[in-house]
Amino acid sequence: MAERERRQAPPFGGVFVAHARIMDSDDMARAVRRMAHEVIERNHGVKDVVVIGLQTGGTPLAERLVDALYEIEGTRPPVGRLDVALHRDDIGLRPVLPEAATEIPVDLDSSIVVLVDDVLFTGRTIRAALDAVCDFGRPRAIQLAVMVDRGHRELPIRPDYVGKNLPTRRAEVVDVHLEGVDLGVMKK
Amino acid sequence: MNRVEIEELLDLTDRFAEVGLRPIPRVPALRGRTVATLFFEDSTRTRLSFDTAAKRLSADTLNFAAGSSSINKGESLRDTVDVISSYGVDALVVRHPMAGTPHRIAGWTEAAVINAGDGWHEHPTQALLDLYTLRKHLGALDGIHIGIVGDIRHSRVARSNVLAFTALGAEVTLVAPPTLLPASLESWPTKVSHNFDEVLPTLDACYLLRMQKERISEGLFPSVREYVADFGLNSGRADRLPKKALICHPGPVNRGIEITADVVADSRSVILDQVVNGVSVRMAVLFLLLGVTRTDSYKPSESAEL
Repeated sequence: MAERERRQAPPFGGVFVAHARIMDSDDMARAVRRMAHEVIERNHGVKDVVVIGLQTGGTPLAERLVDALYEIEGTRPPVGRLDVALHRDDIGLRPVLPEAATEIPVDLDSSIVVLVDDVLFTGRTIRAALDAVCDFGRPRAIQLAVMVDRGHRELPIRPDYVGKNLPTRRAEVVDVHLEGVDLGVMKK
Repeated sequence: MNRVEIEELLDLTDRFAEVGLRPIPRVPALRGRTVATLFFEDSTRTRLSFDTAAKRLSADTLNFAAGSSSINKGESLRDTVDVISSYGVDALVVRHPMAGTPHRIAGWTEAAVINAGDGWHEHPTQALLDLYTLRKHLGALDGIHIGIVGDIRHSRVARSNVLAFTALGAEVTLVAPPTLLPASLESWPTKVSHNFDEVLPTLDACYLLRMQKERISEGLFPSVREYVADFGLNSGRADRLPKKALICHPGPVNRGIEITADVVADSRSVILDQVVNGVSVRMAVLFLLLGVTRTDSYKPSESAEL
């Protein structure tokens, strides 16, 4: 979702054209549930866990992950939203969206932060997010959950929880939305 | 700026206000950029506000004050601007007692020039921060009634704010003795009143201006006491102001003249909110001017495009 919005915004323009459905909504629900189990297993529960969705594609997934954690553990970890536009190394190439607000509801000191994003690609968004999170305190650990890891990393960053590993070509675009995951291209 | 542009900027300002609330209130958005403040007139809040805004965006700042500079050795404005530009400045924030100076300077330098007040002419970022403050408290400004009270004639704030308030759909009434109004008001999209008490109960916001005491010698009004009696906001008048109305003042405040000390502390007074919001709005202004592509020669790699 987010990637499509960004792609359509200036200076890129263009329209997303899907050529394959990679996951449907059931696949996504299963993946979220499995990732929730993995988060719990890795952290021995959800004590001190804070889930932070990256604007804009990661925020609905963060809510879904928290719902799944609540179903399994019976407690609901705090959920926040983070926009990294002002921390990026390519400022000016992407719009800063007024509605993509940052809200971190709790002090992050000695918490376990689980960052959630829709697509992991170059790793530059996550690099910016690590910077931003550290301005809110000193978490005990930061972990990363993504719905799709599409490869092509440019930084030494790896996810802790992955919905689906999806080998892609560089020019392709992965579109994660509520009903599923599509692979396609941008057409002018 | 038209209404759409103003509203886009105000929407974006929320994002920068949030940065100011973080434990570490700083983002790297303008890292490597330099913002210089050029003040040929005294200022506390405008200068500090721009300086804080630039620093919260990680820009470097240079501060130039005319009083302690080579201007005193006879260096011209043009040469001064050339020298400051040579330090690789990306934005110049200019305050000058002569109207139009920032515009003039903009023709001499590649840097972005921001008007931080020029003579009696304009003070655009003040108007923007006032819009942001009013919108935050009152919601949309369409149809609300704002009274601008005091020394309209010498006030750049009044000129910019009338433009800004009316652009967003508010109705503005200027309240002042005839001698403190500009000579020609026909082109102003406002009502005018010389009777503060009459206007008071109809206001959604009461915007007081600083009485420029240095003008008293010009004989524009008989005495400060008379002005205070007719146009000062005291607790009696504050009681007749609607309960939800806001009290604004661009500062610096002359306590006991345009406003009494107890009214400054009134729960409806947003005077300090205005100062806080000034930083956020100026962050948005600096970001919109400098946060675009780094330089013309900067070519993003393919990878930077996603």
